[in-house]
Amino acid sequence: MKGEWGSIAELAAAVAAGRTTATEQVHEALTRLGRIDPAPEGINAFISYDAEVAAARAAEVDGAIAEGRGAGVLAGVPVAIKDNFCTLDHPTTCGSRILEGFRAPYEATAVRRLREAGAVVVGKTNLDEFAMGSTTENSAFGPTRNPRDLTRTAGGSSGGSAAAVAAGIVPAALGSDTGGSVRQPAAYCGIVGLKPSYGRISRYGLVAFASSLDTVGIMSRSVADAALLLEVVAGADRFDATAANIPVPQFRDALEAGLEGLVVGIPREYFPEELDPGIASACRAAIDRIREAGAEVREISLPHTRYAIPTYYLIAPAEASSNLARFDGVHYGMRAPDATSSAAVYDETRSIGFGAEVKRRIMLGTYALAAGHYDAYYARAQSVRALITRDFRQVFDSGVDVIFTPTTFHLPPRLGEKVQDIYRQYYGDIFTVTANLAALPAISIPVGTTEGLPVGGQFIADRWDEVTLLRAAAALERLLSE
Amino acid sequence: MGMRYEPVIGLEVHVQLKTRTKMFCGDSAEFGAEPNSHVCPVCLGLPGSLPVVNGRAVELGIRAGLGLNCTIHETSVFARKNYFYPDLPKGYQITQYDRPICTDGWVDARLERGSATVQRVRIRRIHLEEDAGKSLHDRLPGKTAIDLNRAGVPLIEIVTEPDIVSPAHARDFLTRLKQILEYLEVSDCDMEKGSLRVDANVSIRPVGSKTFGTKTELKNMNSFANVERAIAYEIERQAAILDAGGVVEQETLLWDAARNEARPMRSKGDSYDYRYFPEPDLPPLVLEPGEVDAIRATLPELPDAKLRRFQEQYGLPAYDAEVLTATREVADYYEATARAAGDPKAASNWVMTDVLGWLNQRQCAISEFPISPEHLAQLIGLIADGTVSTTLGRQVFAKMAETGREPAVIVQEEGLSQIRDIGQLEAWVDEVIAASPVEADRYRQGNEKLLGFFMGQIMRKSQGKADPKQATELLKRKLSGA
Repeated sequence: MKGEWGSIAELAAAVAAGRTTATEQVHEALTRLGRIDPAPEGINAFISYDAEVAAARAAEVDGAIAEGRGAGVLAGVPVAIKDNFCTLDHPTTCGSRILEGFRAPYEATAVRRLREAGAVVVGKTNLDEFAMGSTTENSAFGPTRNPRDLTRTAGGSSGGSAAAVAAGIVPAALGSDTGGSVRQPAAYCGIVGLKPSYGRISRYGLVAFASSLDTVGIMSRSVADAALLLEVVAGADRFDATAANIPVPQFRDALEAGLEGLVVGIPREYFPEELDPGIASACRAAIDRIREAGAEVREISLPHTRYAIPTYYLIAPAEASSNLARFDGVHYGMRAPDATSSAAVYDETRSIGFGAEVKRRIMLGTYALAAGHYDAYYARAQSVRALITRDFRQVFDSGVDVIFTPTTFHLPPRLGEKVQDIYRQYYGDIFTVTANLAALPAISIPVGTTEGLPVGGQFIADRWDEVTLLRAAAALERLLSE
Repeated sequence: MGMRYEPVIGLEVHVQLKTRTKMFCGDSAEFGAEPNSHVCPVCLGLPGSLPVVNGRAVELGIRAGLGLNCTIHETSVFARKNYFYPDLPKGYQITQYDRPICTDGWVDARLERGSATVQRVRIRRIHLEEDAGKSLHDRLPGKTAIDLNRAGVPLIEIVTEPDIVSPAHARDFLTRLKQILEYLEVSDCDMEKGSLRVDANVSIRPVGSKTFGTKTELKNMNSFANVERAIAYEIERQAAILDAGGVVEQETLLWDAARNEARPMRSKGDSYDYRYFPEPDLPPLVLEPGEVDAIRATLPELPDAKLRRFQEQYGLPAYDAEVLTATREVADYYEATARAAGDPKAASNWVMTDVLGWLNQRQCAISEFPISPEHLAQLIGLIADGTVSTTLGRQVFAKMAETGREPAVIVQEEGLSQIRDIGQLEAWVDEVIAASPVEADRYRQGNEKLLGFFMGQIMRKSQGKADPKQATELLKRKLSGA
């Protein structure tokens, strides 16, 4: 499903060589957006876009090329940005009412690097409020539809970015992945979703949900495109103390190396009986292809996986409860109109401004950090997180190069299909949260379809080893397209 | 209070560090600028912004710890202290909690002013943190205005053990502490500008009791004298409650210096649960090997060491040495003067009486004093070699302070050098003896005290310029009829 866009490298090369222009490419993206995006019938991938500003930015890129000032590796590539990144040309809403009227006076590092490489931001994409959710239905701006089946969700929380790429509006988009928010919607929409190692990409300007888990992610139509964008946005940043000061490899160089000689671990905990049978069989077929291609497929165990969900749902809400304290109606965004005291400004603004899921998590997290609860919940969760990390450490130390799993437990749910049981909904994140807890790089790529819906398979590699991760993913992508 | 109760006092001292920029961003930390002119996304707490530690602030924190005899920890951890307040834009303060950078220090402080008996006050911890903004209640009618220039200014908080035994002991501790921090050039320690702030925890217990009484916290003291007064007030208040059979309530009291009383601010009953947890946006603060030793090597001679050396090297009495080492600047000034003049005792007299007197009268710092140590030493030399009298020397000093010129020039231009011309001196001697024959007779009959009377007359005639030594000899000779 390559759609209308070719490879990003080719597109940028064509723009650089003058065979097409940024202006034409951006115009094409906006035309497609206008045709298929607007709610209620459209997919509603975008919260905001500004055709004039995008055209002006495209003209700047074209101008630079015309004047011989050089073309970046993303020259003229239209991109979409999840609306929890601060950008200069658009409002930043985080899918929440509470940021009503907020325009950031500064730009996220990842967005700046894309723009400096010549990419043009066409708009900001829909998400679950503050990235909390897995269907993009927790958005103050309406749900995003899955381009592969408009009656289903695009997943979440980066559902808007996933749908925008899957629908061919843009060839790539930024998302954020705290517990699977890039990989799961990528799987649901049939595209590539890359979550690099924690610390590989600066978080500066990404509105924090859970700071120790949040990762900037890349959504694209191929592994090669993801690798190219990763080269552009990765690397140390003086504005983010958690962005690692280590060299950024040329990830694209490894994409052709193939699977031969790699040891691919298959964790038995990731193929439970309850796994959707269509997903299970697509993933098992993919494993067969991996084995046939010359990799050693080895069954492994990650025994603490079963604690991953409770661990995640203590740490993430705890950090969120603190990170979201700044949305208090005092300094920016929405303020409850009739509040007469500072306490009332807080209470009423936050009551009106936040949606139900955000409030649930703030309360969960506040409880977990409260005096007398801290040791039992937050500190305990951090200890278990260390055990989960150790599971992976032992596997990689035993010679496994990369791990392969399904990305999701279920197929994309139908819009409005109420998940009555919040635990069941939370447990849907089981295959993706572990990489966040252990700070590991992971990628979801399409591995087949079932019932006409895409199935995602996930690779997980050792920390900082995006080279092996992308190598394996690119190899499987080739095998499956043959 | 009598001897029935003994007070138990601990202090928490917040000290703003003398850095150019803020704790976690690049804005100026300068005091007194136009409101909200030193702000950026980080200290405004804008969504997506991240803190980055100011290395200079860490260095100053370590200097303070070394100067206060602390253990410096190779690894310390920043934490979030969560609470809502309008001048706290993130909804939390970044501080250090269970792993501060310095612990286990001490300062010896006098039990009473002027007494030689010191008692050690242990310092439990020193941690790094950021200051909050300011709420301005008198700027906009009926509204509270927020100034965030101070938000993010680097602080250390110094927490003592409850080792302080009296209001005077507390005051002397603070005096020593301030002196040391000023020597270290860690802070301005200016209570009026809020760069040093003191909270006191006070409880009392029956003499000999091993258990602590209920403590109250005193805030809002704007001078060390007020700290002493407030603690004394609080001890009396608690004693009166206990004497009446009552119970001291744990609460926070605000000191009202105008009324000389402490009033309750809020009771601990409705105090916040700060929900401390490790700051996920900052990795643990790990010092480079050798960093502490490198900082130690740059420490200046501290007040105690300087005091001892001044006594030994310059033969100064303890009191003089103490006055001269009160600040590093005065000590340096004295030492430069003593060295240039080659007469430590004379230098000490001039600096203690004339220099400090001049500064005291004008309420200014020695950095603003117009006479250089070299010029003062020259003046001391002119007096020593008899060019000017001590009395005229004071006039020369005043002229020097006024004009900043060299003493020799002033002496010459103003004609202030001593008159040693024998003919002129004889003439004056003859004149005064002739004018007071009765006194001359009484002198000859043995009333030698009258010599002073005649010398006074000579000085008046000579406008103080007669060389007193020669004039005295001449006078004696002439009076005894030789």
